Amino acid sequence: MTTLTIKRSLTGAVDTVLFPLLGIGCVIALWTLASATFAPTLPNPIKTWEASRLYVLEPFEKRGELDQGILRFTWYSLVRVAKGYTLGLLVGTPLGLMLGISKAFSRSFDPMIQVLRPVSPLAWLPLGLVLFQKPEPAGLFTIAMCSMWPTVLNTALGVKSIPQDYINVARVLRLSRTKMLFKVMLPSALPYMFTGFRLSLGIAWLVIVASEMLTGAPGVGGFLWQEYNSLIYEHLILCIITIGVVGFLLDRLMSMIESRLRMA
Amino acid sequence: MALLELKAVCKSYDGEARPGRFAGRSDVLRNIDLAVEAGEFLAIVGYSGAGKSTLMSLMAGLIPADSGSMTFDGRPIREPGPERGVVFQNYSLLPWLTVFENVYLAVDQVFTDWPRAKKRAHTEQQIALVNLTPARDKRPAQLSGGMRQRVALARGLAMDPAVLLLDEPLGALDALTRAVLQDELARLCQASGKTIVLVTNDVDEAILLADRIIPLGAGPAATLGPSFAVEIARPRDRKALNRDQAWKRVRAQVIDYLLSSAKASRNRAPKPNAPALQGTLEPAE
Repeated sequence: MTTLTIKRSLTGAVDTVLFPLLGIGCVIALWTLASATFAPTLPNPIKTWEASRLYVLEPFEKRGELDQGILRFTWYSLVRVAKGYTLGLLVGTPLGLMLGISKAFSRSFDPMIQVLRPVSPLAWLPLGLVLFQKPEPAGLFTIAMCSMWPTVLNTALGVKSIPQDYINVARVLRLSRTKMLFKVMLPSALPYMFTGFRLSLGIAWLVIVASEMLTGAPGVGGFLWQEYNSLIYEHLILCIITIGVVGFLLDRLMSMIESRLRMA
Repeated sequence: MALLELKAVCKSYDGEARPGRFAGRSDVLRNIDLAVEAGEFLAIVGYSGAGKSTLMSLMAGLIPADSGSMTFDGRPIREPGPERGVVFQNYSLLPWLTVFENVYLAVDQVFTDWPRAKKRAHTEQQIALVNLTPARDKRPAQLSGGMRQRVALARGLAMDPAVLLLDEPLGALDALTRAVLQDELARLCQASGKTIVLVTNDVDEAILLADRIIPLGAGPAATLGPSFAVEIARPRDRKALNRDQAWKRVRAQVIDYLLSSAKASRNRAPKPNAPALQGTLEPAE
């Protein structure tokens, strides 16, 4: 029995550690191969690590406005994302609720939403600059405009998917509008809403790079663009990896909260 | 004057609104006349798909009738309300609320002028009545089907409605649990002395519980049959019932009526949405 448990935990370790490591190994090998053969401008993994070491090993160091540890830059970006994302949720959730509750509202605004939804962050940012005349609020505007759609659509879907049974109960009890909203609608729609929140956060993080690149704001995206202009290509790769890892962690975090909610 | 009265009520649905069925309007109920007297326990027995739930939703005020009049206590029924409590077949408990909270939501809504403590005590009392005090802080997902239906029943009774509408309340339960809950329902209903309308597809259940049985004929365009009184003293013992002459008689009458209505329905032009003959009413031929 003990050998069986050991065997099982070994298989578990192979599945969760060894295979992912194998995948990473393959990518690094391909990367090395690429930089050695057909893409001479691409810095190889070793050069990338050497150039990035300072930024990774002293992640919170501030040596100058444009020369800071990678996690410090990440933090700036996260704060910016948090602001824009919150703004997106504050606008998107009520909008989604309205779309789900009112057929007339849905008929009126759904076509407009379908038109605005695919607009790229690169298009929103200049409009934000025109509107606010300053890069910071323009960036937040862009993040909010791009990230709110999954929240809007999933909240609306959640409200529309409230089982008829619950609505019947509410009608028999003659629940007031507020009670209907807080005791029936929101709890019933919450799992859908959270799926929207998770997707929105993913988009908000996706948009941050574009928004920082165009405004030159300090952050991972800003750093990336600045290092490209300074021809330090190793740091581009560092930024890409950082953005990917942070995005992955954010998604994991939201999934964890989401599955908690689903169980409750 | 009857407490709840339906006169010449008709109801049909749009074909398009229900995917998978033929287009055009399908008549569900035609010329329904029904008078529920205060204090009685009335059972409506019919085939699955004959329109029993539609009839229930009409009485509850959840859906409007196409024609005819529906009154409760002399006033027309336009919308649902707590004076007509409903226990739904699929429990309809709110899964994010505990047993206590589910019942309390109804109590809080109906007895608005009571102090909080009284509302809480009333809720506890109703939960105790259905023997669920040990489960009061559990959520519906943690309960068995039988327990969930007890919560729904407690919620229905806690509202202290003038009439309690039971829409196949035991339909989703297995046979054993169903028998236990039938006895419990009989006890609760007798103790409460309420006016109750039960809709079911189980003739034996109707006889065990009701004072009066009205069969609902087979659809489409189902109509109500004659009323059969159940003259069996209470409390009724399900084991002794099998030998009771009154039980045999009323059972035969109700089943005869339902079978001949199904035959008549089949002899009319067969329609794609003819009712499914199911459950205890399956004809032997």
